[in-house]
Amino acid sequence: MIEMTTRQADHVTPAFEAEADELVSHYPVSKRSASLPLLHLWQNHFGFVDDTGVEWIAAKLDLTPINILELVTFYPWFRREAAGRVVIRVCRTLACAMAGSYEVKEKFCEAVGLDPHSGHHGFGSAPPTTPDGKFSVEFVECLASCGSAPVALINDDLVEKIQPSEIASIVNKLK
Amino acid sequence: MSNLNPTPHPKERRIIFENISKPGYAPDIETYLANGGYESLKKALTMKPAEIIDAVKAANLRGRGGAGFPCGTKWSFIRHDDGKPHYIVVNGDESEPGTFKDRYILHEDPHQLVEGLAISAYATNTHLAYIYIRCEFPQAAKIVWNAIKEAHAKGFLGKNILGSGFDLDIFVHQGAGAYICGEETSLLESLEGKRPYPRIKPPYFPAVLGLYMKPTIVNNVETLCHVKHILRLGAAEYAKMGTPGDGGTRTMCVSGDVMRPGIYELPCGAVTLRELIFDVCGGLKPGRMLKAVIPGGSSAKVMRAGEVYKIKSKAPDGTMVEKELPMLEVVMDASSLQSVGTMVGSAGVMVLDDSRDMVWALNNLNQFYAHESCGQCTPCREGSLWMSKMTTRMLDGGGRASDAANLKNVADNIAGRTVCAFGEACSWPTQSFLEKFPEEFAAAAK
Repeated sequence: MIEMTTRQADHVTPAFEAEADELVSHYPVSKRSASLPLLHLWQNHFGFVDDTGVEWIAAKLDLTPINILELVTFYPWFRREAAGRVVIRVCRTLACAMAGSYEVKEKFCEAVGLDPHSGHHGFGSAPPTTPDGKFSVEFVECLASCGSAPVALINDDLVEKIQPSEIASIVNKLK
Repeated sequence: MSNLNPTPHPKERRIIFENISKPGYAPDIETYLANGGYESLKKALTMKPAEIIDAVKAANLRGRGGAGFPCGTKWSFIRHDDGKPHYIVVNGDESEPGTFKDRYILHEDPHQLVEGLAISAYATNTHLAYIYIRCEFPQAAKIVWNAIKEAHAKGFLGKNILGSGFDLDIFVHQGAGAYICGEETSLLESLEGKRPYPRIKPPYFPAVLGLYMKPTIVNNVETLCHVKHILRLGAAEYAKMGTPGDGGTRTMCVSGDVMRPGIYELPCGAVTLRELIFDVCGGLKPGRMLKAVIPGGSSAKVMRAGEVYKIKSKAPDGTMVEKELPMLEVVMDASSLQSVGTMVGSAGVMVLDDSRDMVWALNNLNQFYAHESCGQCTPCREGSLWMSKMTTRMLDGGGRASDAANLKNVADNIAGRTVCAFGEACSWPTQSFLEKFPEEFAAAAK
């Protein structure tokens, strides 16, 4: 039996490594370019990027860990701790705000059981997440669908023209 | 697809969105081929690369990403036989608030982009290209990847394309949630795997020292799609649709307080602001009056309803004459919007009616820019946050008499003092909102 550890890098499988190598091959001029693709691969697979992930990716690309860590702390997409299995990203920017996105975000928080006024400070922290690990809700900046505001990105799916009244049923379907 | 009406408005001319508008149109290659797909590429491969660049120049194609640089001119900065590798990087980072056109091309008609890109690569002697897609479009990345694989299988990409001897590989690269990566040199740093701090120009013009310090073209998604249609229709026919210096169609994205927000593909210069809002978009909501329009993405300077611009132009006898132009009569093309002190930018038109508080609207944008400043240059990193804090405090009832002057002072000290155009992008909203709506800022200070 494999001893379970909390080190993500201990759970890298040959299939995962093959996928990583395939991504590196997309950058014949400089494999450093594969930094973002490998971070996406890592976060999609493990849910977040821990220190061993930073080190593993750096080693794969012949970089030092700070070259990877400085990306994790720069880009809002990456996080250093687990988020919910369903991440609800509500667009905060002007057209959506005019169409009621602040209320939409509050309603999503209420529907999943989060404090609507809890903040998310970035820098790799996870967005506010329910104790059962099911849902995270956060504001994000413009999702580029201003004509069908307000919108939210729920995992990989864009939901448009969200009515506050339908939010409870959207969340129920995701439970 | 709720942003695109299947039936075009009579003023529209759908070229980029022609296929997407067809019922049942799917993003696979068979559907694309059944709709005339890759015919322009076949034609291109029989032409000399210089002929293609000349056609793009003659078509008066301007970049559709925001800066509006003439596309053919950009390409001609690349010397065909300089012996260096060339790269094309497609900017699919669509993040400018108010803009939502590239999303549809990437999701619904990816082969149109692949074909336009292949033609552009052939014209500029490029054999490796990347399509940079923001990670908030996860499905688009998969769809475009799939399109690339399909095109490879049919011989439209890869080695010796259609027997021409021309090779091209294309890869998709996903961003990670940073608006700054839409700035072309930031995008290149991001693609190189570094923190995406924009590069200083000069010397780092992409056409000279771009990706991996090699000559590189960075073009917007929609721009490259237009290249296909320039070859299909012929440069003269394409140019004729627009105005002199701004050829073809432009996809306008209208959002905010209109009855029918959405995507409208219109010949450049075909409509005035009045026609766009009151005809194409069905007017304002019942009982509402127009208050303001941000015409070219959130960075474009705001226009106030009812204002009258004084435009200087040359009369036939060579003397300069001044003409009055009411706000609603401004034509929605690059040069007209520039002449009234704003820009067509990414053609993201945001309409605000009289129910909107302009301090609130500016604060929303200020929070956006404060969040998205990359932090490289002090005036922008600190200033964008100060502006956001000030407008937030004004909204929270803590406005002070000195706020408007302080906001202006901060904004004036960012624009022109940063490595990249984000400095202007984050100052222009504050500068223009203060200039156009002083009474609302004065009221918020009491």
